[in-house]
Amino acid sequence: MNEINTTTKPSILSIEDLSIAYDIDKYAVRNVSAKIEKNAITAIMGPSGCGKTTLLRAINRMHELYPNISTKGQIKLYDENIYDMSTIKLRRKIGMVFQRPNPFPTLSIYENVIAGYKLNGIHMKRSERDEIVETSLRDVTLWDEVKNSLHKKGTFLSGGQQQRLCVARALAFKPDVILLDEPTSALDPVSTAKIEDLLVELKKQYTIVLVTHNMSQAARISDNSMFMYLGELIEYEDTKTIFTKPKDPRTEGYLTGKFG
Amino acid sequence: MNSDKILKYVLFIASLLILLIAGGMIYSLFRGAIPSFHQFGWKFLISSKWDPTQGREQYGALLFIAGTLFTSILALVIALPMAFSTSLFIGEYFRNTRMAAIVSTFVDLLAGIPSIIYGLWGFYVLRPFIVSIGLSPQGYGIFTSGLILAIMIIPYATSLSNTTIMMVPNELKEAAYSLGATRLEVIWNVILPNARSGITASYVLAFGRALGETLAVTMLIGNANIIPTGLFSTGNTMASVIANQFGEASGLQLSSLIEIGLLLFVITTIINAVGKFIIKKMA
Repeated sequence: MNEINTTTKPSILSIEDLSIAYDIDKYAVRNVSAKIEKNAITAIMGPSGCGKTTLLRAINRMHELYPNISTKGQIKLYDENIYDMSTIKLRRKIGMVFQRPNPFPTLSIYENVIAGYKLNGIHMKRSERDEIVETSLRDVTLWDEVKNSLHKKGTFLSGGQQQRLCVARALAFKPDVILLDEPTSALDPVSTAKIEDLLVELKKQYTIVLVTHNMSQAARISDNSMFMYLGELIEYEDTKTIFTKPKDPRTEGYLTGKFG
Repeated sequence: MNSDKILKYVLFIASLLILLIAGGMIYSLFRGAIPSFHQFGWKFLISSKWDPTQGREQYGALLFIAGTLFTSILALVIALPMAFSTSLFIGEYFRNTRMAAIVSTFVDLLAGIPSIIYGLWGFYVLRPFIVSIGLSPQGYGIFTSGLILAIMIIPYATSLSNTTIMMVPNELKEAAYSLGATRLEVIWNVILPNARSGITASYVLAFGRALGETLAVTMLIGNANIIPTGLFSTGNTMASVIANQFGEASGLQLSSLIEIGLLLFVITTIINAVGKFIIKKMA
């Protein structure tokens, strides 16, 4: 049941028999295998506690920040097992955006965008920095709104703007993949729509994996959808198929609102 | 009269009493200091003569101010890296673990030990140790006092620092980790800038405590009325001179001691106000 592969389209990530346990025998993710399509949006859905956030975090090893975690199986980025890479290198290739906008409050908008370089102690010429900041902010359609206040603190922006700033921060490294953990759950509908449009635009350049418990969001913008339940990957299809002809009764139950 | 009204009056009287006591204390300090102030004026602050001999009595606070500042600054310099490391240990590295709980309990334990115990330990253990490693012939002086003060203020600096370190939102740390930061980079670039004011306030308040600490310092500083000339020189502090001399003092000498008390009160009040102001600004 878990050996699901949607299409023959080129994939970038390959999750192979991944299991993650918090304590001995308390599995958050159980025997998940899946291939993630390149330059597409993959949505991970499921009720609270189904392991979708843990699976997402496992893709850039952020789940290792939790105590007593143990991981079995592997995830390959192209052909390289991410569990053999350094987390520093990995996280520059696989960026992340969180549930609540979290720009660094002590830094300006400009500094927030290049925070990754600053944190890693990478020095650049001013012109290079300026270019990265402008490109990243243009990519998230924030440039025109903030170009005259680049050196003000990022926390003065609205929630939606802050979240786009966080996307820009993740884009600054030109990653291969961007992981988003319910990125619009703290935002109003207008800001949500902007982020959704942005993601559809960004998939031309990046691969996007999105955790959401907003089913209509998954239906609107994703190309492929996973449904997880109790740590297992129940169903993984292209989004149209999963929403119109779900194979598993649990998927159907969730999508029709019987539980969740 | 109903019970609500009675309660209100009881609370009112209790609160008023606090104001009266605090006000009365300040008033007595001022009143007691008047003769000394009349005699020496502002020169009291810059004179280092302390001579109670009848007929040529002369008093100045400079050497005590110097002794107090030297010991307290030394204590702060020693306590700072210790408190900082410990608070990172409890608040970040081993956060929510058994180890952190144990260390945290011992920090609280240190904070609760009466200062006379520190003094005794300093006198019978620390001082002979300093003699035995040849740092000073008698073991009394600025260094020994600063060291014992440092141990006494570490728990204060630690507990406030680690509270503010724990208050740094997890989301910010995760943001930094997701950008490939190492733990050291997270501490340096995320935790410190965001906890800076709280950490600063904790040192300011700890410094305030060091300034006023009396017993342990009195037992170790040597109580010599000189301006300290070095790390291992003896000296005297504002609190110590009061503790040593108040019993036999009268007249101008007593008034001068009271003026020193007033000075110490003003200095510690200012330091505490600065610390509280930083905390308030942070919140």
